[in-house]
Amino acid sequence: MKFVDEFRDKEIAEGLIQRIRKTSTHPIQLMEVCGTHTVSIFRYGIRGILPEQIQLISGPGCPVCVTPNGDIDLAIALSRQKDVIITTFGDMMRVPGSTSSLQKEKADGRDIRIIYSSLEALKIAKEHLEKKVVFLAIGFETTSPTIAVAILRAKEEGLHNLFFLNSQKRVPPALIALLQSKQVRIDGFILPGHVSTIIGTAPYQFIAKEFGRPAVVTGFEPLDILQGIWMLVKQIEENRATVEIQYRRVVHEEGNPIALSKIYEVFEKDESRWRGLGLIPDSGYRFKESYKEMDVRNLEVEVEPPKEHPECLCGEVLQGIKSPLECRLFKKICHPENPIGPCMVSIEGTCFTYFKFQ
Amino acid sequence: MSEEKILLAHGSGGKLSHDLIKQIFLPQLANPILEPLDDSAEIMNREGHLAFTTDSYVVNPIFFPGGDIGKLAVCGTVNDLSMIGATPSYLSLSLIVEEGFSIDLLKQIISSIHEVAEQAGVNIVTGDTKVVEHGAADQLFINTAGIGWIRSGVNLSGVNAKPGDKILLSGHLGDHEMAVLSQREGFKFQSELKSDCAPLNDLVRKMLDACPSIRCMRDPTRGGLATTLNEIASMSNVGIVIEEEKVPVRESVRGISELLGLDPLYLANEGKLIAICPPNEEEHLLDVMRDHPLGRDAEIIGKVTEENRKKVILHTLIGGHRILDMLTGGQYPRIC
Repeated sequence: MKFVDEFRDKEIAEGLIQRIRKTSTHPIQLMEVCGTHTVSIFRYGIRGILPEQIQLISGPGCPVCVTPNGDIDLAIALSRQKDVIITTFGDMMRVPGSTSSLQKEKADGRDIRIIYSSLEALKIAKEHLEKKVVFLAIGFETTSPTIAVAILRAKEEGLHNLFFLNSQKRVPPALIALLQSKQVRIDGFILPGHVSTIIGTAPYQFIAKEFGRPAVVTGFEPLDILQGIWMLVKQIEENRATVEIQYRRVVHEEGNPIALSKIYEVFEKDESRWRGLGLIPDSGYRFKESYKEMDVRNLEVEVEPPKEHPECLCGEVLQGIKSPLECRLFKKICHPENPIGPCMVSIEGTCFTYFKFQ
Repeated sequence: MSEEKILLAHGSGGKLSHDLIKQIFLPQLANPILEPLDDSAEIMNREGHLAFTTDSYVVNPIFFPGGDIGKLAVCGTVNDLSMIGATPSYLSLSLIVEEGFSIDLLKQIISSIHEVAEQAGVNIVTGDTKVVEHGAADQLFINTAGIGWIRSGVNLSGVNAKPGDKILLSGHLGDHEMAVLSQREGFKFQSELKSDCAPLNDLVRKMLDACPSIRCMRDPTRGGLATTLNEIASMSNVGIVIEEEKVPVRESVRGISELLGLDPLYLANEGKLIAICPPNEEEHLLDVMRDHPLGRDAEIIGKVTEENRKKVILHTLIGGHRILDMLTGGQYPRIC
């Protein structure tokens, strides 16, 4: 397959591994921030072919996983209203809230629909003017531009029955929180390719400048990842710390200005609550004044108090402090058929990936 | 019959039910065993072991590129019989129809049942139709049961795999699930993607003629190749190693899988089989498979090992390896 097979070539992979082996002289821990990287690393068996002194730690880069319980409970409470249609990306369905999940609510007859694009929510709203249509706006900077466009369109078309449960997240402030917490040693970051397509490299400069750590924006094919790791190892061995781009074919320093302008037309930066990481300044968005009427948090609905399984380690796993293998629930009580925490639900969740590939 | 839609009365057992049988089912499906229309089919006993299986079909949508629910209902049951080395002979056909279903569509489905039953050399010998109220079923559900006679001396159970054995796959993975999914979700991919839905009994017959020592056979339907191989590894208490680069997957299926985050190794197939044979017989068996239209793209994809018992290991494209687990959490419902 064009543009894919070139990045899965065995001989080039062997060459890169040789270079990594030759260059790397001491033990290091690299964090792959993005869940898609975690999946690729397991899918191609990359951990097993790296020299032992290079440890990869999975980061908080799965939007479903970092969504706080309270937001899922809010979605569930909304779905129980008679005049509400919930629209959502599929991976939110099985995420356990405090006492239920959207999947269970759907089985109980609530109108919950899986969609593939935020614009489909717009279409459903137009077809059901008598109902309140709520879109669960979950995602990182990659998803936010399309959510912003749906909001702009709804405004243009004068739709008054479309609402957004805004739980969007911004990646760079979470990395600041991780570096500040010092709970886990991170010698370098494999930065997310797609988020960076939108935001460029400027928002990551603090990693090198303030914390003295190297970072490489990396693609998702096995050769991308191996090359990204090699670039990090080289920086570390040469005592350098800069933000580099491996994923040149997609990512530019300035990001995507049009996409960014759409986001900031509708939203402004705001603090946001992350599962595991808590409240992080500037790590989310709030609606600007002129779009506030689409914020679902304006609707009055009674939400149950949030409750999490006391032994679930999703929070620690998201920060790279613990591996899923250290969780007492992992594979015993918590498995994809009965997920206790969100990291076991999403196909990009660290626990799910460990369950599937380890 | 003047009505164009199925009415509750079509399932009443009365006049309309009889019309349905005489005007739609019998013209396509008639054979000496079915025709008496008695309460049971009367089948002559033969020597040997009988194979008996049943399966229900709830695929959504009921028409998809490369087939429909009728073709699937015949192929699925024919293939289940074939996988244990039986020659499929007789099928039952039970329909649960939603009130208001188009009679024209029903005719098309019965006609495709007729066509594929003829291709597979099986007769529909008994059947039933129920009609349920609007909303109590989604359009049409089908159940088929099948009877076949097992070839003497053949034992293809999943417990038979032995270290050193070779694993063959009859063709491209994932065509069925991807075709159904694309049709259902209205993905407008520009591809010639078609379900692989086909009766495998003729391919199996030729394979067993050429290589009677085949240890086991499975059709990787729901859960895909990965799940099927895990079942065999577990039943036979052996390890299995698969070479990712040998596993045939069409460009279109790979492309859509990449896009949707699906893994072709877990996608359902309805016209593919895997066979495990003793060492040194694989090349001959591969030639025989490739001579058959349904095995043209067959490959030797891996081997059975002593180590890693009850596990399936995938050697990845870039030289790494990982455990290939059973399907968990289900990819998509109602694919067959």
